Amino acid sequence: MNAVEKILAAHCGETEVHPGMIVDVALDAVMANDATTCLAIDIFKDRIGADRIFDPAKVILIMDHYTPSSSIAAADSHNRMRAFAKDQGLHHVYDGLGVCHQLMMERHVAPGQLIIGADSHTCSYGALGALATGMGSTDVAVAWSRGRIWMKVPETIAITVTGKWPKGVFAKDLIMRIVGDLTARGATYKALYFRGPAIEALSIAERMTLANMVIEAGAKFAYIRPDEKTREYLGEMGRSDYNVVEDDEDSVFEKTLIYDVGDLQPQIAFPHSVDNVRDISAFEGTEIDEYFLGACTNGRYEDLEVAASILKGCKIAPGVRFLVTPASTEVYRRTIGSGLIEVFIDSGAMIGTPGCSACFGGSGGILGKGERLLTTANRNFRARVGSPESEIYLASPATVAASALAGHITDPRRIM
Amino acid sequence: MIQGKAIIFGNNIDTDQIIGAHHLTLPSIADMALFAFEHHENFTDHFTKGDIIVGGENFGCGSSREQAPAVLRERGVAAIVAKSFARIFFRNAINLGLPVIVCPEIDEIEDSARLEIWDNCIKDVTAKRQYSIVALPYFIHNLVAAGGIIDYLRKKEQNAGRR
Repeated sequence: MNAVEKILAAHCGETEVHPGMIVDVALDAVMANDATTCLAIDIFKDRIGADRIFDPAKVILIMDHYTPSSSIAAADSHNRMRAFAKDQGLHHVYDGLGVCHQLMMERHVAPGQLIIGADSHTCSYGALGALATGMGSTDVAVAWSRGRIWMKVPETIAITVTGKWPKGVFAKDLIMRIVGDLTARGATYKALYFRGPAIEALSIAERMTLANMVIEAGAKFAYIRPDEKTREYLGEMGRSDYNVVEDDEDSVFEKTLIYDVGDLQPQIAFPHSVDNVRDISAFEGTEIDEYFLGACTNGRYEDLEVAASILKGCKIAPGVRFLVTPASTEVYRRTIGSGLIEVFIDSGAMIGTPGCSACFGGSGGILGKGERLLTTANRNFRARVGSPESEIYLASPATVAASALAGHITDPRRIM
Repeated sequence: MIQGKAIIFGNNIDTDQIIGAHHLTLPSIADMALFAFEHHENFTDHFTKGDIIVGGENFGCGSSREQAPAVLRERGVAAIVAKSFARIFFRNAINLGLPVIVCPEIDEIEDSARLEIWDNCIKDVTAKRQYSIVALPYFIHNLVAAGGIIDYLRKKEQNAGRR
């Protein structure tokens, strides 16, 4: 078995699992956020008729999509979440402290765990060697009551990445290229297992970007084998009690895709589909109204650091807006401490409250008719961030920063 | 057998299009359902209760929001037929008892065609054609037959209690 299959086997009590098998797995954590919790509460109480959740230490609720409460309806749903959390005696409830996935990876996730979340980007936790996937509110409500859920053991596609990362090219560019190649449905129900020297060379922050976007190709899990960098990251976060799962020697993969990042260009995903990906050269000069740096895709310290290195001492183009939202208060604190926030403020940026911000269209940064957004987020669906007649373009933090200075899509290698 | 008029959609219909983010905090699915496919005129102008949505590849991709299949069920969508479905949407629809049917040959179906969905096939009454549908794996079939995971588990527990 490969590591993905071994983690699933360990959570369903089978000595061996194989792709296609349906297994009933025990969960290490169940996360839900303010876009999905209230529906899950209704289902938990009314349809299941349940009273208590299985373990108040393992059910985690996070308010991040509409924080600080962005409407009366949002305030009411936040209050329902707080009341449920109090009634159930939950140990971990985060209220406006950052994007759910960032908080989960900073505070909870460990290698070898199996986690579900009522949010499609839960797959991010594969960056730390955990298996995690998004499910709907009914499955989450069932998991709240049983601590278990059914899963199909997925086929695993290995993605071996070699080569030296060129200047101005990042994990964001690679995952967009992969989604473009696989298409938005090319990995449906599969696990994507990233490996190879160019993956080992990535920081934990960039691995999180990579794992975050596998859902954009339809995948169920991402997986990256934990290494010394993982150990160091988790150590800093105060977690050391876990076991790293190794692939068996006779591991089977459905197929292996090979990428060499040496000749990868900065990528852009054009409206209105994440797999509509092209080299940046095809669309340099496209005028943009709003720029967003943040989200569970690219709101970490390292992302802000790269952007600040480009912006330092410069002003954004006249007439454009630039919104910077750290992915968590912890990222925010570091960004203040090291002076990055000052660079953003000096450049003319607005600073957002840690959370989903302009990725989700739930709490600011909304686009009007005919406007264009260049964003480090993970989705460019029509009307996701405002008007159905607006356009969303996806890019790396470096591309967003370089473009904000110019006022149009700009190759960051011209500046870096 | 399910009968209804076809409302045609393309590939990669994402959950943001089905129900926008800013509607998800409304107090009930009934409140949200008023905004289902709000930017799609073929739905807002032509849908009537009992119609069948016909999608292309990867129907329901994007977020995990169960509100997406829930608002479609609330509006009275009788079934969704698509070439393929996104994983989370497919699970969510099954859990809500909303029929989701995989049929690779739907390109032939035209907007407003009268459809009949039978156990093993779809009949296009308007075009006098018939298309085969992809059978579900045994476990999923049982989930669908039970009306979703909650009733499936309830029946399983009842059966265990009887033994």
